[in-house]
Amino acid sequence: MDKTVADLATAVAGIEDGMTVMIGGFGGAGAPIELIHALIDRFRATGHPKGLIVVNNNAGNGHIGLAALIEAGMVAKLICSFPRSADPVVFTEMYLAGKIDLELVPQGTLAERIRAGGAGIPAFYTPTSYGTDLAKGKHVEEFDGRPYVRERWLKADYALVKAESADPYGNLTYRAAARNFNPLMCMAARVAVVQASRIVAAGDLDPEGIVTPGIFVQKVVQVANPHQEEDLNRAHATYPLEA
Amino acid sequence: MQKLSNNQIAWRAAQDIADGAYVNLGIGFPEKVAQFQPPGREAIFHTENGILNFGEAPPAGQEDWDVINAGKKAVTIKPGTAFFHHADSFAMVRGGHLDVAILGAYEVAETGDLANWSTGPKGVPAVGGAMDLVHGAKRVAVITDHVTKDGKPKLLKRCTLPLTGVGCVTRVYTSLAVIDIEGGRFVLREKLPSISVEDLQSVTGAELLVPGPVADLIVPEV
Repeated sequence: MDKTVADLATAVAGIEDGMTVMIGGFGGAGAPIELIHALIDRFRATGHPKGLIVVNNNAGNGHIGLAALIEAGMVAKLICSFPRSADPVVFTEMYLAGKIDLELVPQGTLAERIRAGGAGIPAFYTPTSYGTDLAKGKHVEEFDGRPYVRERWLKADYALVKAESADPYGNLTYRAAARNFNPLMCMAARVAVVQASRIVAAGDLDPEGIVTPGIFVQKVVQVANPHQEEDLNRAHATYPLEA
Repeated sequence: MQKLSNNQIAWRAAQDIADGAYVNLGIGFPEKVAQFQPPGREAIFHTENGILNFGEAPPAGQEDWDVINAGKKAVTIKPGTAFFHHADSFAMVRGGHLDVAILGAYEVAETGDLANWSTGPKGVPAVGGAMDLVHGAKRVAVITDHVTKDGKPKLLKRCTLPLTGVGCVTRVYTSLAVIDIEGGRFVLREKLPSISVEDLQSVTGAELLVPGPVADLIVPEV
């Protein structure tokens, strides 16, 4: 078995108009910048994919990565918990102009909805958001005398994920807090596409240390020395990046 | 009216964190609490983006942007640090595993309701982990100025701003007092010695119960 693909364009080739795409990362940590940029490249060349529903904790920062995807006009709706950042101008302007929809989800509920989607659990109850505006219209039930809000699973056509190391079976390890949503999104997507800083031979990853087992991963592409969102934004980069 | 600085409020809140406690500090002002841990007591800090037992901020230029806190500021790892994914992180939060969560507030009601995520329908709404953090920790404490910038009470009978959670706050550390929430009422525990209970009541939007002696709130210059 070999899930590696030769290049970024091949990795994102199957993403079509209107699909739901989960994008890993919490702010810049774990954000698969190169996969996102490859998707923008395809849009610039072909006009597709567009009308995407994107799931991410945030809404991009500056003019690179997720912010550049939104700025290119490829995203119809964002499902996220915190659409603010140091420089949220791209999302803010499009949202206030009515050009992009927002589904605001508490962060832990977002994580659990994604986990549930990957685990085959269609709904679950959480204390989070009970009695608040974000629980309006949702079913409430008491367990042991306390009220809980029912939340639905969240699944995706594709996930774009950043990992540290991968093997040809799609087994993954992550780097520090870049792990965040990435393992959950691998589980919840029909096709999980991973950019890994290094691809090693089968047997070179310690089975005890594997965080995402390869069954949750469909494609792996190597991106050595990936960009870090924070570094790009400190350099005031915009996408397309200048050489 | 004399009042405590933000550092002093954070110092007071830190005195109640027991040795060995697992603690989540909200973004911004509550992060200051970590600076005032009493010597000899070890608190283990949780950040919801996936680090337990992280260390303080690194010097400028030495940041590792994969090692950040919930406010997306760089932190450091140290012996005993653990990384985990978001579902595990919020299992720690909602599952009752944290001892204390310390959060900021726009408003706190005597019922324990908290409003700290939205000032109304203007602009882009953003919630992050606020609604999760108010559930599950054994103690949910708030640190806040006692009144708003224009002098209005922040401690109220009912919140007027969109709620973060219902009946979740158990103690409030303000710039003037330490107040517990018990049985849907504010119970005064400590106040600055320079102000009277009447003065304090006049800047509080719900009745302060004084069932027993009120200790002096004495905080060093920090």
